[in-house]
This record gives sequence, structure tokens and C-alpha cells, in this order.
Amino acid sequence: MAGFNKVVEHYDAAMAGLTDNMTIIAGGFGLCGIPEGLISQIRKMATTNLTVVSNNCGVDGFGLGLLLQQNQIKKMISSYVGENALFEQQLLSGELEVELTPQGTLAEKMRAGGAGIPAFYTATGFGTPVGEGKETRKFDGRDYIMEESITGDFAIVKAWKADKYGNCIYRHTAQNFNPMAATAGKVTVVEVEELVETGELNPSEIHTPGIYVDRVIVGKFEKRIECKIITPTTENI
Amino acid sequence: MSLSREQIAMRVAQEFSDGDYVNLGIGIPTLAANYVNKDIEVMLQSENGLLGMGPYPTAEQVDADMINAGKETVTASTGASIFSSAESFAMIRGGHVDLTVLGAFEVDISGSIASWMIPGKLIKGMGGAMDLVAGARNIIVTMTHADKHGNSKLLDSCTLPLTGVNCINRIITDLAVIEVKEKAFHLKEKAPGVTVEEIKSKTAGKLIVAENIPDMVF
Repeated sequence: MAGFNKVVEHYDAAMAGLTDNMTIIAGGFGLCGIPEGLISQIRKMATTNLTVVSNNCGVDGFGLGLLLQQNQIKKMISSYVGENALFEQQLLSGELEVELTPQGTLAEKMRAGGAGIPAFYTATGFGTPVGEGKETRKFDGRDYIMEESITGDFAIVKAWKADKYGNCIYRHTAQNFNPMAATAGKVTVVEVEELVETGELNPSEIHTPGIYVDRVIVGKFEKRIECKIITPTTENI
Repeated sequence: MSLSREQIAMRVAQEFSDGDYVNLGIGIPTLAANYVNKDIEVMLQSENGLLGMGPYPTAEQVDADMINAGKETVTASTGASIFSSAESFAMIRGGHVDLTVLGAFEVDISGSIASWMIPGKLIKGMGGAMDLVAGARNIIVTMTHADKHGNSKLLDSCTLPLTGVNCINRIITDLAVIEVKEKAFHLKEKAPGVTVEEIKSKTAGKLIVAENIPDMVF
């Protein structure tokens, strides 16, 4: 009896069931708070025609950029892309499709998807290319567009600490899209820095309750920094 | 003389009020954080999920889990909070952020803004800009008055794809401070040494000029 124990030992088990043509929702902002080992596992599995919902698409050779190298991604749903040359190439050649979505709308699409809300109205994007072809409606004299929520076959999430029941805590700004992604997957897999005994985390401080989580795996993270800027101190001036 | 980037940032910082929650876009808006009046407190919001953005870290403080919306390493100031992207944009879209400052390619007399897409060039995305212009209570655009070919960026109607409609209140350029209301640009201040004639010649959209336009004061 596994009960509520969500822990898996191997990456094969963590991503078991992922097949071609599936939609994956990924946490992370830039390279911050990305499930590095789960991305590597998807690369190893070589599944193709994936739709990936993620704010960004990594960089050349790191993060989701690794999946571009093997042409595994058919479509990206993102707010900001093009930090990598390969992305640009595949976009221009038509191998890759991109659906640009305002960042707040993207977060809300995941949140709503996980919360069983099929669509919502937002002022964001009204009167812009993003609003084209979408239903509009006026509330209190202001124009809004209807945006549909998103769910995925898989959600891949990076957390700082989790217990065996899948209760998760994120660290600093590595939180970003991870909590919403966690709610929006049919199968939600969390890769964590540290697994703790169930009961160790303070229930009041849990960001993602274990009910959303199907599998937990302990990973090793490189945590690459995209843009390292340092305040000069007296020593390094 | 037209203003330098730093001078535009200094003038932007004068728009901050004590107790304001402010979101600053990349570029000149971010520079404004360096010129906040010492007698007031403002808190910077970074849309990746940080309210209370502090200075860049020292070499010892660098932490891969602590970045701003420009993906730069950053610190949290005293009293900061950190949260999810959904929470961050609830603040923005719910109108809780007092002031947003961002750059633009074009602004028109209706207060519509184009800032994210030039057809024919590679499109990288709007990031959080569309949410910010739809949500903040007060939005200021910083940009040069004209492009490098001398074409005005202040138009009767934007020509590029929009980021938001009817949302910009104020524009601070290298030449002037402009208020946007009642389907016109209203000249409020000019850069020291710049003539009203020059501003008129570089403003393609309808411009209303009162008598005695004061110089910006730094």
C-alpha cells in the first residue's frame, strides 16, 4: 500500500506515460525554478510533437532549449521567447509554432485550468493582436476579452522541499509559475531539492498541497543563472 | 539640449509618491530606481513574483533562486514578499500597483501604446507588458520623442500593433513631459534648452501648448 506516498526513485517512473503529441505545462521563469532533471528525462524519452506551456523556452543547450535540439516541441505557448538561436531558426523554418500569450493571462490560464474554470474575462490584450478573434464583453463600461484556460497531460514542477505526501514549498523567486503548473496537469510531477519526512513541513507554510501532486522525485540542480549582475563592493571595485 | 537617459530617469523618479507600489520596465524605467527622493518610500514590484525589490546582490549574496523580471540576479528589500506569477498578476491586473513605467515604440493621442512588435522583425513576445498597461492605475511611458530617423513617436494613431488601448496618462521623453487626455497631447514641461518649436516639430499627433511652458527642474 503506497497510501499518499508519491515518491518515485527513478526518472523513468517520474515521467512514465508521457507519449507523443501530449501537452506539458512547465513551471519556471527563464532558467529560475525549472525542473532540470524532468526536462532531461523528456529529452531521453525522445517524445515528439509536444505542446509545451511555459513562460519561456530556456536557452541554447539548457532548460527547455534541450528539447528544441531534438525537435521534440511542435508548439510553445509562452509570453516571451527567443533567448535562444535555435528557437528562432525553428520558428522561421516553420518547424515550431508559437502562441504568444501575455504573462498574466498565461498564469491565469494555468490557475483557472487547475481550478476547473474553463475561461475568464480580462482587459489584458483587448484591442491588440492578442484579442483578435476572441469573444469580447463589456463590464461596467470596460472592454474585456475571453481567454480559455489551459490544462496539460503532464505538469512538470520544480520545488525546494517536499514531503512524501507531495506537499511542496518553493524557494524565493523560483516559485513563479510552479504553483499554477502543479494544479493544471492530469499527471503532476514535482522535482525537488530536498525530500523531508511527512510532518516536517509546517502545514501553514505549504505552497502546493499534495492533493495536486502525483509523483515526487529528488533531483540535482545546476541552477544556471541567466544574467548575473553584482553590486560592486569595496573589495571588488 | 535633449535629455540623457539618466536625466529622463531622474525626471521619472519625480513622479513617485511616498508609499507607492511601482513596477518599472526594462531600460530607462529601471534606472529611475536610482533617483528616488530620499525622503519617500517606494516599493518596487517585479512581475516574476517579488514585491520589494532591492539592489543587485554582492558576490556573496548571489542566489540563482532570486531574480527579477529581467532575469537579473537581485535581492529582496526589508519588508519584501515573494509569491507566484498568478498572485503577481492579480496585483497588477487588480489595479493594486500604483504606478507602472515602461518604454514604447509609439503612443497616440488616445493613450494607446505600441511597444512589443514590429511586423517583419522577429517577435519575442509581450512578456507582462499587456497585463501592466491594462492593470496599473497610472502608467507613464518613457521614450525618445522621435526615432533615429527623426520620425515622431507621438502620433494621432499608432501604426504598430498595440500593447494596450486608452491607457497611457503621461509620457516623459528626452524633450518634454506630455500629458495624454481628451484626445490630445498636452505639453506640460520642456527639457532645459529645448524650444517649444522643436517639440512641436517632433510631435506628429495633436499637441496642445499652453502659454509659458516651464522647464523641467532637476
